[in-house]
Amino acid sequence: MAEIATAFGLVFQPYVLSVILMSAAFGLIVGAIPGLTATMATALLVPVTFFMPPVPAIASIVTATAMAIFSGDIPGALMRIPGTPASAAYTDESYAMTRKGHAETVLGADLVFSVIGGLFGTTVLVLSAPSLAEIALKFSSFEYFWLVLLGLSSAVMITVGDSLKGMVSLLLGLLISSIGLDNPAAYPRFTFGSIELLGSVGLIPMMIGMFAVSEILRYAVAQQGEARSFKKQIGNVFKGMWGLFKRYPLQTLRGSILGTAIGALPGAGADIAAWMSYAMSKKFSKEPEKFGTGHIEGIVESGAANNSALAGSWIPALVFGIPGDSITAIVIGVLYIKGMNPGPTIFINNPANIYAVFIVFFLANLLMIPFGWAAIKAAKRILDIPRNILMPIILLFCVVGSFAINNSLFAVTVILVFGLGGYFMEENGYPVAPAILGMILGTMLEEHFISSMIKSDGRLMGFFERPIAAGLGVLTLIIWLWPLLVWLWRAGGRSAPRK
Amino acid sequence: MGGILLALAAAIGVYVSGFPGMPGQRYGAALFPGMIAAGLAVCGALLLARGLREKTPPFEFASWTREGSLAANFALVCGALLFYILASETLGFMVTGTLLLLALFLKLGVRLSVSVAVAPIAALVIHLLFYKLLKVPLPWGILTFMAGW
Repeated sequence: MAEIATAFGLVFQPYVLSVILMSAAFGLIVGAIPGLTATMATALLVPVTFFMPPVPAIASIVTATAMAIFSGDIPGALMRIPGTPASAAYTDESYAMTRKGHAETVLGADLVFSVIGGLFGTTVLVLSAPSLAEIALKFSSFEYFWLVLLGLSSAVMITVGDSLKGMVSLLLGLLISSIGLDNPAAYPRFTFGSIELLGSVGLIPMMIGMFAVSEILRYAVAQQGEARSFKKQIGNVFKGMWGLFKRYPLQTLRGSILGTAIGALPGAGADIAAWMSYAMSKKFSKEPEKFGTGHIEGIVESGAANNSALAGSWIPALVFGIPGDSITAIVIGVLYIKGMNPGPTIFINNPANIYAVFIVFFLANLLMIPFGWAAIKAAKRILDIPRNILMPIILLFCVVGSFAINNSLFAVTVILVFGLGGYFMEENGYPVAPAILGMILGTMLEEHFISSMIKSDGRLMGFFERPIAAGLGVLTLIIWLWPLLVWLWRAGGRSAPRK
Repeated sequence: MGGILLALAAAIGVYVSGFPGMPGQRYGAALFPGMIAAGLAVCGALLLARGLREKTPPFEFASWTREGSLAANFALVCGALLFYILASETLGFMVTGTLLLLALFLKLGVRLSVSVAVAPIAALVIHLLFYKLLKVPLPWGILTFMAGW
């Protein structure tokens, strides 16, 4: 209890609150501008949060991402361009509603159900994380090894269209993670005599490169016509929302649950949650024929899903140090810098800070109501910001931001290399998320693997001798064998005689 | 692509075989990268096989590479970063930053008058934010005489 009081004290300070307010405005603007994503907002925030105490640093990221995921819906509804990838699933639907003259209803539903989804995800996070952490305290290197492997496998197998390309991406990420001295034998690997590479490639510059610089490159080569501006004045967005909630309670709940679950799955975040829940809504709807013509049902469900995914992805990140999406991948880097090392012990060593993070989550989602309303009112202005002025400034910001992490120009080289790398990977159908997970989890995977091998003296059966380890191991193997099973089943079905 | 991966895997394999073992332990620094290399080799072979089966060209150039102006945009963004890496120590952040912004603005079609006005102001604001507020030692370069202001 005392910790909770301390946590309130940590959050409700003028400094922290003003950081939250500024990050809210920042997140809303970044989310609403097409081409700037919530992940990019996080990557750009990191150099600034680098100089803050832990609670405001985390608070700014939580607030900015929650706002960005909501405000990505605004240009989707008004101009048919999703502001962030998480809104892409229902952009056509929202725009169809706007054309029918229901812009207020769409934007209102985007806002209200984002808040509901966000609050639901946060509640699940608050209730489940501490009890999961108690279980995780009993884990040995065997369980961790399987857990990390399970996370990486699900990132490759479940969330990616082409699992072979996902695998390549993952392996490249793992390879990058093994650069430097940071391995069980403390032997410098792949450094080629470079002092900078001894400390391995910095996580933050890599992220800035892959998520911000690659977006700028993508903008630079896009055939542009400046975005059409939007003239219509928007009325009262909250009208009729209670009616919607009463009409679609099941959809709201289903979207929130699915979103939280997808968020908690490593490698899949808000955008996949929105796609899956939109598809689910259509499948279970009583009026599926209305989908795509400007029907609110799917927007309610997937709008709740992408915001709940945001909170869900923090569950594995805080409890196990395994990121649930690319945003928490960056967050884990920040947590390490701030000395709040993620893992089950964080709930014992740093309870006040964790409760503070929970409080910020609730606060950010509640703040979304007035801030989101203001953003909708200001939508025209935000969307009129010329992107050919914005993008170069963001590039300069990336340069300074990466430089600021340890005052070295090497980081600028890193953002160039990883910006190009990230751009070419996405262009050629190689998903970036598995690579990111590989980079972050590589060290952990190797450490637990080597110490497990040493403990069991090289017997692979040792990996299955503890009950939880065995369960996780079997689950991982099932994921790996799943494509094979499906293939065999199909082959069997085809050769069977038809009646 | 598959071929490149195979070559990379082979190179890693040769490189890590030179790693020393941990004294008293069987599993050293070479095991994990060795496994990654094996994985990359398998994926490389599979990609190569798929490429041959589907007869896809090994590389496809995106449509922008054929459009001079867009390709130039791409080169300019990369060039701007290289320019910063090479020049920021001598010229200082404010000069380098202003030039970087100016070049990109003009290429992306911002009006000359706007560019000339916005570039130095944006560089100055970023400088103040990081140098004054966050205490990042951005280089002064040729403007060192201003550092005391």
